[in-house]
Amino acid sequence: MKFTGTEAYIATRELSTAVNAAVQLQKPLLIKGEPGTGKTLLAFEVARSLGKPLYTWHVKSTTSAQQGLYEYDAVSRLRDSQLADRGLDSDRIDDLSNYIKKGKLWEAFESDEQAVLLIDEIDKADIEFPNDLLQELDRMEFYCYELQRTISARHRPIVIITSNNEKELPDAFLRRCFFHYIRFPDRDTMQQIVDVHFPNLPQELMAKSLSVFYSIRDVKALKKKPSTSELIDWVRLLLVAGVSHDDLNDLDALNELPPYLGALLKNEQDSDLMVALRKRGARPY
Amino acid sequence: MFLDFFLLLRRHHLPVTLPEYLTLLDALRKDVAEPTIDDFYFLSKTALVKHEQHLDLFDRVFGEYVQGRESVPAEVLPDIPPEWLKDALMRELSEEEKAAIEAAGGFEALWERFRKLMDEQNERHEGGNKWIGTGGTSPFGVGGYAPEGFKTDKSAPGQGQRRAAKVWENREYKNYSDEVELNTRNIKMALRRLRILTREGAEDELDIDGTIDRTSRNAGMLDIQMQATKQNRVKVLMLFDVGGSMDDHIDLCNQLFSAARYQFKHLEFLYFHNCVYETLWKDNHRRKDRMPTWEVLHKYNKEYKVIFVGDASMSPYEITTPKGSVEHYNQESGLVWLDRFKAQYPHLVWLNPMVPAYWQYTQSLDIIRRWSGNRMFPLTLNGLTGAMKSLKNPKVTFEG
Repeated sequence: MKFTGTEAYIATRELSTAVNAAVQLQKPLLIKGEPGTGKTLLAFEVARSLGKPLYTWHVKSTTSAQQGLYEYDAVSRLRDSQLADRGLDSDRIDDLSNYIKKGKLWEAFESDEQAVLLIDEIDKADIEFPNDLLQELDRMEFYCYELQRTISARHRPIVIITSNNEKELPDAFLRRCFFHYIRFPDRDTMQQIVDVHFPNLPQELMAKSLSVFYSIRDVKALKKKPSTSELIDWVRLLLVAGVSHDDLNDLDALNELPPYLGALLKNEQDSDLMVALRKRGARPY
Repeated sequence: MFLDFFLLLRRHHLPVTLPEYLTLLDALRKDVAEPTIDDFYFLSKTALVKHEQHLDLFDRVFGEYVQGRESVPAEVLPDIPPEWLKDALMRELSEEEKAAIEAAGGFEALWERFRKLMDEQNERHEGGNKWIGTGGTSPFGVGGYAPEGFKTDKSAPGQGQRRAAKVWENREYKNYSDEVELNTRNIKMALRRLRILTREGAEDELDIDGTIDRTSRNAGMLDIQMQATKQNRVKVLMLFDVGGSMDDHIDLCNQLFSAARYQFKHLEFLYFHNCVYETLWKDNHRRKDRMPTWEVLHKYNKEYKVIFVGDASMSPYEITTPKGSVEHYNQESGLVWLDRFKAQYPHLVWLNPMVPAYWQYTQSLDIIRRWSGNRMFPLTLNGLTGAMKSLKNPKVTFEG
């Protein structure tokens, strides 16, 4: 079974080749790209289109690799043991596995069928985090000291890792992954993406809003360029507010800013920049 | 069978290794992709390239490889047949210039040379068609020839999928390689050595010793004690020498700068030129916003670790005598100010981007080195590691 995108997610041939290579060769796939180009969404869509369960592990700055494997709750076992003489089942206390909280990696390893495991924003964690997962992702097994047994994957999960480039990942880690950089979609692809989200969008509005969008993106001085997800939000707003392509055309005549610009530009300086450009008569759209 | 491709990548200094190549072969054997050149491009890219900075180089090498294998010049250069160009050119050229072309080996040779020039331009990452057309001596400028005619751009994107051939020729990833994010990982790892872990803030960690202690006192009934987690609270003050001779080391300093900014939570930057005097500045672009050095000394207490970054190469007078600065009349000599820093901050080092072998030839460098008590370290990974050790233990010095 091959991944070719879904009805809600347009995958370029480049991207689907990378996904299929990672699936077939059972190696993790590292996805990078501008924010809002659908890195995280990819894992959801891969799981959906291949009909596999999805386990998501969202990494934060305080996440350690161990949390993805398991956590041993020694304190609650101690507490239970103190309460044992008050009628609590002592078998429960003897069985260590009652106090082991399984992490996402363990859950994915234990899954009855092959699962998709998303490790989201791996660059947010500590700089050593990827190194701590080398063995686990390579061999798809780890050792649980408390239970004194090795947990290995029943079916090697499809691992999708996303990164926003906040930190450099170690070479040893990169060597074990397939890598794909999601480029910002060109106009044709973007049109397909918008089509998927708004099948009933009038052609003229689509064309006009796309050209406004791309011309705003072309402004070099922008701090944060609007991306796909911002475009989708913006088009949704335009539709809800009943803005037609004529209104967008009138912008030229009236020398006005596009409506709901706040959906595209999330940065105060960027909005100010657009106002300043308009005043100087150098509107990009 | 793709070994020559692999070796070609290695020759262009793309960091590909044998396991990755084997992975690629494995993928090909398993029929992951269709046996087309496009899919081979996609597949080899995802298997071999691990950094977006390398994508542009990969595209160029791939283009070179495919070109060498299939020998499809039409793919690389425009569809304009050389004859057409020749005719157009001949019409434009004067008799004298035609003679010059003959002398250069005829039009065919010129065409070959043009192609080579184009390739070379690509390789050199020059971009644009600057070479051709400008430069009075270039044969392609003679006829007043617009370089657009030679452009390899096949615009008009097809419906649906873009052809991969277009992707690697267009070098879509060029920007990513232009704004190369410098690999600062190893610098960060070196800076990590400078850690002072203290417990502050919310108590969110189990204090095992405390819990055992309190529980025993509590006749065995559990009494849980919590404590704050350890975090790096080291305070760092960095002073960068900018301008003049430091311009040669700007890349290295940028790397250090970006690594440090990420690694230390409490980090202050200040700039100076050649030597510290009565004022420093906070923003390199706005030198007018000066900050009195006394204020710096008062504001940052002696807990701060001070790192000077500079080549310490100047006229000795700029350090030793009053009014020695090249920029203004300084009432007190640079050494007086340096000594004030030394008195205030027990933990300080000087990082020097110059190669230590040349240190002995610069008198001013020697003065500063003596002033620092041999705590001047070269701006290399080892030097940086030594400097971080020295900031924890001032007895660590660099004898070079």
